[in-house]
Amino acid sequence: MILIHCPYCDERRPEIEFANAGQAHVVRPADPAALSDDEWAAFLFIRANPRGRHHERWRHIHGCGRFFNAVRDTVTDTFEATYKAGEPRA
Amino acid sequence: MSGFRLPTGGRIDRTRPVAFRFDGKEYSGFAGDTLASALLANGVMLFGRSFKYHRARGILAAGTEEPNALVSVNRGPGRATPNLRATGVEIYEGLEAASQNRWPSLGFDVGAINDRFGMFIPAGFYNKTFMWPRSFWERVYEPAIRRMAGLGNAPTDPDPDHYAATYAHCDVLIVGAGPSGIDAALAASTSGRRIILIDEHDEIGGGALGEPELWPWLDRSLADLERVPNLTILTRTTAFGHYHDNFVGAVERLTDHRAPPVDGPREKLWRIRAEAVILAQGAIERPLVFAGNDTPGVMLASAARVYASRYGVAIGKSVVLMASHDSGWHDVFALARTGAEVAAILDVRAIVDPALTARAQALGIEVKLAHSIIDVTGRRAVSGIEFAANDGSRRGCIPCDAVLMAGGWTPSVHLWSHGKGTLKWRDDLGAYVPDAARESVRCVGAGAGNWDFGSGAVVGALPTPKDTARIKAFVDFQNDVTAKDIKLAVREGFRSIEHIKRYTTNGMATDQGKTSNINGLQIASDALSRPVVDIGLTSFRPPYTPQTFGALAGHAKGALFQPLRKTPIDRWAEANGAVFEMVAQWRRARYFPKKGEDMPTAVARECLSVRNAVGMFDASTLGKIEVVGADAAEFLNRMYTNPWKALEPGRCRYGLLLKEDGFITDDGVSARLAPDRFHLTTTTGGAARVLNMMEDYLQTEWPDLDVWLTSTTEEWAVIAVQGPLARDVLAPLVDGIDLSAAAFPHMSVREGTICGVPMRLFRVSFTGELGFEINVPAAFGAAVWEAVHSSGQAFGITPYGTEAMHVLRAEKGFIIVGQDTDGTVTPTDASLDWAIGKKKPDFVGKRSLSRPDIVASGRKQLVGLLTDDPNIVLDEGAQIVADPLQSIPMTMIGHVTSAYRSATLGRSIALALVKGGRGRIGETLHVPMADRVLRVTVADPVFFDRDGARLHV
Repeated sequence: MILIHCPYCDERRPEIEFANAGQAHVVRPADPAALSDDEWAAFLFIRANPRGRHHERWRHIHGCGRFFNAVRDTVTDTFEATYKAGEPRA
Repeated sequence: MSGFRLPTGGRIDRTRPVAFRFDGKEYSGFAGDTLASALLANGVMLFGRSFKYHRARGILAAGTEEPNALVSVNRGPGRATPNLRATGVEIYEGLEAASQNRWPSLGFDVGAINDRFGMFIPAGFYNKTFMWPRSFWERVYEPAIRRMAGLGNAPTDPDPDHYAATYAHCDVLIVGAGPSGIDAALAASTSGRRIILIDEHDEIGGGALGEPELWPWLDRSLADLERVPNLTILTRTTAFGHYHDNFVGAVERLTDHRAPPVDGPREKLWRIRAEAVILAQGAIERPLVFAGNDTPGVMLASAARVYASRYGVAIGKSVVLMASHDSGWHDVFALARTGAEVAAILDVRAIVDPALTARAQALGIEVKLAHSIIDVTGRRAVSGIEFAANDGSRRGCIPCDAVLMAGGWTPSVHLWSHGKGTLKWRDDLGAYVPDAARESVRCVGAGAGNWDFGSGAVVGALPTPKDTARIKAFVDFQNDVTAKDIKLAVREGFRSIEHIKRYTTNGMATDQGKTSNINGLQIASDALSRPVVDIGLTSFRPPYTPQTFGALAGHAKGALFQPLRKTPIDRWAEANGAVFEMVAQWRRARYFPKKGEDMPTAVARECLSVRNAVGMFDASTLGKIEVVGADAAEFLNRMYTNPWKALEPGRCRYGLLLKEDGFITDDGVSARLAPDRFHLTTTTGGAARVLNMMEDYLQTEWPDLDVWLTSTTEEWAVIAVQGPLARDVLAPLVDGIDLSAAAFPHMSVREGTICGVPMRLFRVSFTGELGFEINVPAAFGAAVWEAVHSSGQAFGITPYGTEAMHVLRAEKGFIIVGQDTDGTVTPTDASLDWAIGKKKPDFVGKRSLSRPDIVASGRKQLVGLLTDDPNIVLDEGAQIVADPLQSIPMTMIGHVTSAYRSATLGRSIALALVKGGRGRIGETLHVPMADRVLRVTVADPVFFDRDGARLHV
């Protein structure tokens, strides 16, 4: 079981306290109505599936409840970094 | 001939005899014996029949790697454990063990005919032979094969044992308490760190237990370990898996070694998180591959030495060693010291250390270098060997009753590989050893390839002048895989060891190839004329040895499998005869049958009471979220389809929640209590999901909003009072609220008290009748429920359950999200356009509602269905077709989502999602069932009180 560092609690906790919340840094468009169907479809459905470094959102759902961002290696399943929501892409 | 107990020696307690039974026969051993050592001491050679050919099998090893001697131990009803290695079963007074995979008896086995016809059962035999006809596989072939080729039988009774579980944390975890593990523990102990030392055997010492000259060292080390603070030693504990971040799973066997009855948990699961892991798992000796190497009496050389020195058991009177490695020579020298006659030493190598040959000569042992065994005589026990020089010349025979194999050593890298440590091949060892670690873990001792057993040659199958296509030289003893099978796989085109393994099943038995992987690899390498490293190595995966489901499940079974959520009113419902159903983790009253009532009768009575008088319903499971903050209305406005900003305090609104893809995900009535405070409700099953979704948007998309979300689901007990007389029931109990229609209209909320308890009273209806939902703090829920119930008696109040609630709402065409919707239904599909705020520039999911496929025609829409026969209730989930006479597979145009018998309407009703449904109202469609086709008419989904007159009274 992986240990994940929660940037808000500043502790490494077992993964069962956390929930994955999909790819990170996918920003909801400020004015969805201004988007074409293709642009909106891309926002809705198109996600990265990298082999290696992947930016993800996680939630410390059974802890502080905060969403945060993480860089995880999809090959080794190890976390390179976790950082607070709103902080620049690691 | 066969094994016997030596007059002296061993770590057994000869003052404590132990009686036990094997296949119904009485035997006696000593405390400290394993089932294997005790039976060997009793002269038993035959331990089981092999998996495929039903060949007689004896003991190969002395430890965990034993592939042959699998037994079932019966400790009473529900306590039968199959597939235990006899080498790991400690005997106790009254032990009942049995051999496996034999019929009718171990000595005479009908399936042994397979051995004679073995040429017809090559690798891939099952795949090739039982392909056709396809339908025969499940009903004919598989049951027959399972009867013939089987391991032990799983118990059929429920397991009466219980299992403990614990977490542990330490600085250093050491797996394996042989000399290397003990040294590592003592070395780590100087710093005061927390140490856990695990060993799978009943006493620590590992390989040292088989070497009496190390016993004084072992005693001293044990004394040293006892003085170490913060050291935990776990014996009879198997570390079965090494996971991320040095998380190690281990199972401690607590009671299986003691005579029943025993108290306490049977096993204990340890979840250990270690700062550093040291793997000291040792190495496993490899068998050699030659014809007849599976005959009972053929054994690993190191195992014979362990039986003699640890258990005081000689495995035969006259032994022959077949070696490719120096270690075997040392083993037979040790055996000679216990009085064994060593008939000969054969070594496949032409040149060995002269010190070894000199020693053999001094002991009077005949030595044949560059020779190999080419056959073993005796079927159920060794009676001799046939040998030849490596070039096939100088054949001869030697009578003996035991054959020892010394094929070199394979480091146990199982846990290392679980932790994704890489391996490197060492030609000199003919084995993979640990290379680079990913975790904070290191290997020590023999497990790292560091041993003082001398050196050896690496051979696949031993050379033989015989036709290799006609002999059975076993590689995987448990799965009956021979050298011939591996060569056949190569001939048939398999190149990767991953494929060869699966085709031949080499290494796929319960022992995961502990004794067979490397030999199989070497033979494949020889057959392909390619180096071993090019062929690959199969992955080791947890568990290291088979573990019980009981230990892994622990307490998480039966009532403790998952939490059961009960409302404050659950106890009343139970006392009043409710029949319950599960809704997510909630237990909810489904209906309240009176004496002699069946479910349809009770539900009809409950429904009619609500329509004609008044009913009460426990709605406490509704999800509830308190939304507070200056931007609360703005937040809800962005989340829900509906407009919220203009909603006045004291008013309620039906909220429809979409996902960003435009599909309905939840709904519920919510109330504005104050400009900055809302009381939200969600569906029972959706509460956690909705809160998570709202937190997501609030934290990550709109962190600037001043809003706080709090789950209040379990803070409030909710009592729905519904029916024309609802107001009359409440009036005497409520203070501080004007209940009149003018002062308290439909879809509004008031705060006051009921029975003196603070209350939020909603005037809402999920039944279509005049209705109220009483929200009181959970602690008062039961008391208020009882007060309403007794006050309502004068009006004939009737408690109703979820089934009546479903019928009542379906009569009104109210959807249940998740039943009438399935994640592909838009507000328009469900005829809920009215709930969309037309003037809102944006809300979650709005943009998707104009996607081309969402606005396309022919989407499935929610409609009502009326069966031609009013007494037939459609099956929920039944498919709908336009033309019942079309050929199969028919074109399905929709499905039934809800169907009930409506007492109010005196007929059945149904809701359905049908392609272009709203344009089909009045049309006849068909529902094909297994035995007939039902005709239905498409109808408006609101079956009762279409203009809502009953709500506004």
